[in-house]
Amino acid sequence: MTNIIEVSSVSKSFGGVVANHQISLNVPEGQITGLIGPNGSGKTTLFNSIVGYHPIDEGSIKFEGKEISKLVVQEIARLGMLRTFQQTRIYSNMNCIQNMLTSVPQRNASFFDMFKKYPPELTDKAEHLLEFVGLYQKRKLHSGDLSFGQQKLLEFAMALMNEPKVLLLDEPTAGINPTLINGLIDRLKKANTEFGITLFVIEHNMRVVMNLADNVYCLAHGEMLAHGKPDEIQNDQNVIDAYLGAH
Amino acid sequence: MRKKFSLPLVGLILFGFISPFVFTNYISQITLLWLMVLFAVTWDILGGQMGYNSLGNITFFGIGMYVSAVFQISLFADVGQYTAAFGGDNTPFTDAQYFQGLIGGMALAAISCAIIAALLGRMFFGLRGAYFAIGTLGLALAVSEIIATWDWVGGGSGISMPVFPYEADQKSQMFYWLTFVLAISAFLFVRWLYSTRFGLAINSIRDDEDKAEAMGVHTFRHKAAAWTIAAFFLGISGALFGNMSGFIEPLEVAFPTITFGIFMVAMCLLGGKGTLWGPVVGAILFHVIKETTWTYLLGWQWIALGVIIVVNVVFFQQGIVGWMQEKWPEKFGIDVDDSMSIEPAKAATSAVKDNG
Repeated sequence: MTNIIEVSSVSKSFGGVVANHQISLNVPEGQITGLIGPNGSGKTTLFNSIVGYHPIDEGSIKFEGKEISKLVVQEIARLGMLRTFQQTRIYSNMNCIQNMLTSVPQRNASFFDMFKKYPPELTDKAEHLLEFVGLYQKRKLHSGDLSFGQQKLLEFAMALMNEPKVLLLDEPTAGINPTLINGLIDRLKKANTEFGITLFVIEHNMRVVMNLADNVYCLAHGEMLAHGKPDEIQNDQNVIDAYLGAH
Repeated sequence: MRKKFSLPLVGLILFGFISPFVFTNYISQITLLWLMVLFAVTWDILGGQMGYNSLGNITFFGIGMYVSAVFQISLFADVGQYTAAFGGDNTPFTDAQYFQGLIGGMALAAISCAIIAALLGRMFFGLRGAYFAIGTLGLALAVSEIIATWDWVGGGSGISMPVFPYEADQKSQMFYWLTFVLAISAFLFVRWLYSTRFGLAINSIRDDEDKAEAMGVHTFRHKAAAWTIAAFFLGISGALFGNMSGFIEPLEVAFPTITFGIFMVAMCLLGGKGTLWGPVVGAILFHVIKETTWTYLLGWQWIALGVIIVVNVVFFQQGIVGWMQEKWPEKFGIDVDDSMSIEPAKAATSAVKDNG
């Protein structure tokens, strides 16, 4: 099994606050990897470091064997590693179809590709993916008018439109109505199996992580606490202590 | 899909064709109107569609004017000598020389403004929001100061432009047609531009630039191209305006930040920024109001304009076309179906029906 993302001894501090200390982890290609940890344990910081949102203090991050810790967000995104945001971000003054169309990959876009029209196949594809997440009926609505949960689904569909190799999801089920969560888990699994996208998921909801992930990393206080299969993690005393605040 | 020629567009072009014959006394006003339309349309590429409020677009108007002037003179005379005589150097330009200079000057102004915008983009597109607005305002003021102290181009005392070789009537006719064609081509160009991927891409930069970056959009490339396009048209307009007015100097004519520079923003706000027709409607209305107040409320004209801007910004932010778009979305090709309600349950059932 090859690792598509290899993080080795990454540290990141903000002033005196050490958000990540000597973190190492691997995301195997084609699988679903979970990242859990109590609030403030440095999960989102690690995500931001991986996608190039801020420079790291030390360590190395490799994507498909290539060092990416010096690249900026757009370059990493164009390599095929995409992230969604904890606070959902969509283009709120555009309708859903437009949101989808503007998300087509610009991996090999030449300068003059900017001035091309969207072929009808892309509109079809956008509609298909909106149908996949259950937003087909709302395709012509302003995406800013959608509910929070629907915006999350739209953001997920936009990520799929971009055909990434790896998708980093920051709390995909936060703020989503519990009955919709099951549907979302199914779709995430489908994205993994049918579209062949490797997933790396931050999640608070234990039920979701245990259901979804092939293996799980747990962070606490900016350090790697545990790593293993979901059921191993579930029974790990350190993890339980961290979540219940025994530290 | 958008129709090739919409009714308002036909109307606008028709107005352009007949007005020099019908409103003969107002030809210079209408020439200025086309210039205003051009200003608003090009400002809206960045300000409305891309969310970068530039207060310095007037820079390219001025640079275009000076590039064209220097080129026109340097073709047949020594620029330093010509300007040293405070424009009193009566180097006679033959008819052919005048037109060669004018055409070449317009082309060179367009190209050099486009190049300068692409280069300046490196500097300015690191700034966002209010910082970009202030930064670009600084650009306009700085360029104007530099030219005011540069003796070779006449410094603060300016340059007398080559004199139009025929009657004054013919001069205003010619510049009318040139500005008309320029404004309409700029409008048609952006209309095409917004129908390509470029349009959605700059809209996405407006809505959430961080998200666009995270999705791998070539944000810098789009921003620089947008400014380059605006600068290209503004450069030509500067070249035209310089020749039209016959005398150019840095403060009032070439870099009028507090008049044209602000007007282009105000016109877009009035008409509705971020819409295709908003800048055009805003420019027409603004220009008519401006000329009326100048005629009938002399002494109060600036106050009247100020009141309009305040009312517009405080009570009517979406502008005229923006408001119309909200009220009659179907007229703007935005179809909103009643069945597409926000309720999830209803949508889920109809989704099955729809896709089955």
